[in-house]
Amino acid sequence: MNVDLNELTGRAGEWMKGAGPQSDIVISSRIRLARNIAEFPFIRRCTAADRAAIDKAVRDRLAEVPQLTDLAYLRVDELSDVDRHFLAERQLISRELVEAEGARSVAIDQNERLSLMINEEDHLRIQVMKSGFDLVAAWDQINEVDDLLETKLTYAFHEKLGYLTACPTNVGTGMRVSVMLHLPALVITQQIEKVFRSLQKINLAVRGLYGEGSQAMGDFYQISNQITLGRSEIELRNQVHDVVPMIIDYERRARDFLLKQNQQDLHDKISRAYGILRTAQTISSEETMHLLSSVRMGVNLGLIDDLVIADINKLFVDTQPAHLQKLRGGPLDTAGRNSERALYLRRYLSQKEKDGADQN
Amino acid sequence: MKCQQCEKPATFHITELTGAEPQEIHLCEGCAQKYLMQTPGTGMPGKASLAGMLAQQLKVADTAKELEKLDEKCCPICGISFYEFRNQGRLGCPHDYVFFASELEPLIVNIHGDLVHKGKHPLTHKRSTESQTKLIQLRREMNEAIRLEQYERASELRDTIRNLEESEDQPGDEHSV
Repeated sequence: MNVDLNELTGRAGEWMKGAGPQSDIVISSRIRLARNIAEFPFIRRCTAADRAAIDKAVRDRLAEVPQLTDLAYLRVDELSDVDRHFLAERQLISRELVEAEGARSVAIDQNERLSLMINEEDHLRIQVMKSGFDLVAAWDQINEVDDLLETKLTYAFHEKLGYLTACPTNVGTGMRVSVMLHLPALVITQQIEKVFRSLQKINLAVRGLYGEGSQAMGDFYQISNQITLGRSEIELRNQVHDVVPMIIDYERRARDFLLKQNQQDLHDKISRAYGILRTAQTISSEETMHLLSSVRMGVNLGLIDDLVIADINKLFVDTQPAHLQKLRGGPLDTAGRNSERALYLRRYLSQKEKDGADQN
Repeated sequence: MKCQQCEKPATFHITELTGAEPQEIHLCEGCAQKYLMQTPGTGMPGKASLAGMLAQQLKVADTAKELEKLDEKCCPICGISFYEFRNQGRLGCPHDYVFFASELEPLIVNIHGDLVHKGKHPLTHKRSTESQTKLIQLRREMNEAIRLEQYERASELRDTIRNLEESEDQPGDEHSV
């Protein structure tokens, strides 16, 4: 199946929908499996011919699996730089695949729930993404896809060590379970470090991208399993699955606390953020992310009623550099992107305000 | 503030939370992208920290001379040296897990706290680790023959690979792993 990236630009992928369980706090649930084809060296030692042969082998085998023939297969090395970054911004491919060399591809389904990366760090990276907190469905789908592919490809497998991967950090199940959480109230109440420390004790990794000073950029954190060997896939999934409700609960309590103790300050912070987004003439990606985080919490707490969570998720994605350039239809330098981003935000948010006024 | 990797101003301030203590890293946009690429949103140790972990482990275990000797050890199938693995944190082929087993096992236990897979197994197409290795080696020889323009030898090797693959893919094939 062919895919038109320009057509993708106009619509929201699975994880941007703001739907699914607990989607006020959980952005997305993702599981990926790392696999290698037995008869080839790992990517680092592959020749250009090996990479091309792996790419072709996966593409040919995929065509033989009726359940997977609808996937769009894109040769990433044949795409423009903007298109490669565009796919990464939608989380369909990794930054590593953007920057890699030689023949490499991605196969994606129409809903952007499933993506198969070919010739990333491993020959094959299967990824399933769900909106909200939905790891059980994500595992069921990825396990089925893995089984289907396994009927056509011989994976590198060792009786004792399990699935063999280029990096020993992935050996065994090759499985990484990740949940992306939005935790602004835990950041404001300065409880986030405490949560991190307790997660590290139970072998879970937390990553956050920080902005200037100590303020988290966008207050988004990803929790994932650190180990991949010595436990079954279900055990690894459950480890993340069981801890997320506790963090959701902490975040909700922190939000309640802020509403009770400090509603005026909180409302002011959120309204100012919304105000800047609606009026700025030029705005960086970092500031946009930071302000959208506040507005997202405002929507969840009922302090902003012009928008729904899907709008915020869409704005997070659409204001990233490659998306802006795709939407604009041409290349933009940093200054150009900053003013285009501000223009996009002003237009989008004033339309929403107008829609809201029309309904009332 | 300047980027820790180059002279440009630091615009990204990342707190790495995968180690024992949170670690502040200040980078410019370009270096931050490279840094984040190493650890693509998975929370796993990056190449640098994995190499660091290995170096630390080996320092305790070996003298400099022994380490130097170990670094020269090369996998006969993919040709990767232990030094290369130690530096890049990535292995060259599935056979490395067998060939470097004694060096890798303490590292794997260090990362995962275990050495035994308890997850799913391939349902079909089981191929022994020896035959996986054989196929990688044959492919390597074929590529080398092509590079040296020994086309007759290359086509012989191609046929051998094809035969081996076909014989193993027959239904009822019972190669144990």
